[in-house]
Amino acid sequence: MRFVDEYRDGAAAQALVAAVAARVTKPWTLMEICGGQTHTLIRYGIDRMLPEPVTLVHGPGCPVCVTPLVEIDRALEIAGRPGVTFTSFGDMLRVPGSRTDLLTVKARGGDVRMVYSPLDAVKLAEADPSRQVVFFAVGFETTAPANAAAVWEARRKGLKNFSLLVSHVLVPPAMEALLSSPLNRVQGFLAAGHVCTVMGYREYEPIAERYRIPIVVTGFEPIDLLQGILMTLTALEEGRHGVENQYTRSVTREGNVRAQELVAEVFEPCDRAWRGIGVIPGSGLALRGPYASFDAARRFQVEALEVEEPEVCIAGQILQGLKRPSDCAAFGGACTPEHPLGAPMVSSEGACAAYHAYGRG
Amino acid sequence: MCLGVPGQVVRVEENPVGMTMGLVSFGGITKEVCLAYTPEVQVGDYVLVHVGFAISRIDEDHAREVFDALRQMGELEGLEPPPPRAG
Ligand code: SF4
Repeated sequence: MRFVDEYRDGAAAQALVAAVAARVTKPWTLMEICGGQTHTLIRYGIDRMLPEPVTLVHGPGCPVCVTPLVEIDRALEIAGRPGVTFTSFGDMLRVPGSRTDLLTVKARGGDVRMVYSPLDAVKLAEADPSRQVVFFAVGFETTAPANAAAVWEARRKGLKNFSLLVSHVLVPPAMEALLSSPLNRVQGFLAAGHVCTVMGYREYEPIAERYRIPIVVTGFEPIDLLQGILMTLTALEEGRHGVENQYTRSVTREGNVRAQELVAEVFEPCDRAWRGIGVIPGSGLALRGPYASFDAARRFQVEALEVEEPEVCIAGQILQGLKRPSDCAAFGGACTPEHPLGAPMVSSEGACAAYHAYGRG
Repeated sequence: MCLGVPGQVVRVEENPVGMTMGLVSFGGITKEVCLAYTPEVQVGDYVLVHVGFAISRIDEDHAREVFDALRQMGELEGLEPPPPRAG
């Protein structure tokens, strides 16, 4: 497929690996933010093609993985109620809550459906006014414009039977949380290309400045990642910091202004808990005043729910780049993609699932 | 979750009150896609689609930059990027 196949070209990949090897003189630790990038890196074995001194650690950029258990339990609570059609992207259906998961609720007769786009959920609500249609709105900045559009459309159409269970997260506050931690090992970031397609990269400039690190906006194919890695390492070797853009075919400094406008119209920033990491100030999105009536947590009164995170799962440390999936005692034994104990084993973008699928550990 | 798939716009349907929709072809398979965030796109353009929404128009000149940069470094002697293919 065009704009895909050429970025998987083996000769270009070899050339980039050679360029990295020629450039590196010191040990460096880089983090890719996005789980989609983690998946590509492990799938193509890019981490193993890099010279010894370069370490890649995997970031918190898997929305399924960072959604707190309590949010999953809220979803399960709502999905189990009569008259509710609960819709979600496929990945969320298998994430275990404290006692069950959405697929099990479905098997027991709940109306749980996978949708391709949040607009499909709006269509379901329009088609059957007798049912309350809820969409599980998880994701980063990439997904926020789609979810904002769904709420905007529902309001325009005057739908009283559509709502969002919102667990949206934002990347820059999480990067700051990682960088300001005393345990931080990350010296350079590959920023997530599709988050930046929407948001641009102006937000990253003060972060690069404050922590004096290089941040390279990077795409998702092997050639993109190798070039992003080369650009980050070149900046580190030359003692430069600042933001650079590898993914120029999709990302501009300003980003998609139209999308940003609708997101700002529908959502406002809020504090949000990340699984295993805790609350990061200003790291989430919540429905803004005029749209608050579309908030499913409020409509179904599940805001007060509280649960404890399970202890065996070290997802929090993995998502902060402090541990690898293979460091987890449960990895591949008690915890497998068929019987996941934690979210990073569920989503194909979760580091645990990627390690498991490609025989790492 | 942030998966974005490149596809070619085959139809644009303006909608004066709601969202502009369109048809996008992904290697021959077409899907209905919301084009509200990429008002500049025309039939034939490539867009990056995420959960049913086009989030950017793919810049064809910039798309060659990776390979141009490699060639400039002399790392890609003799290697041409694969010719663009339809679809
Ligand atoms: S292997 Fe399973 S239990 Fe261990 S960190 Fe990953 S998801 Fe959690």
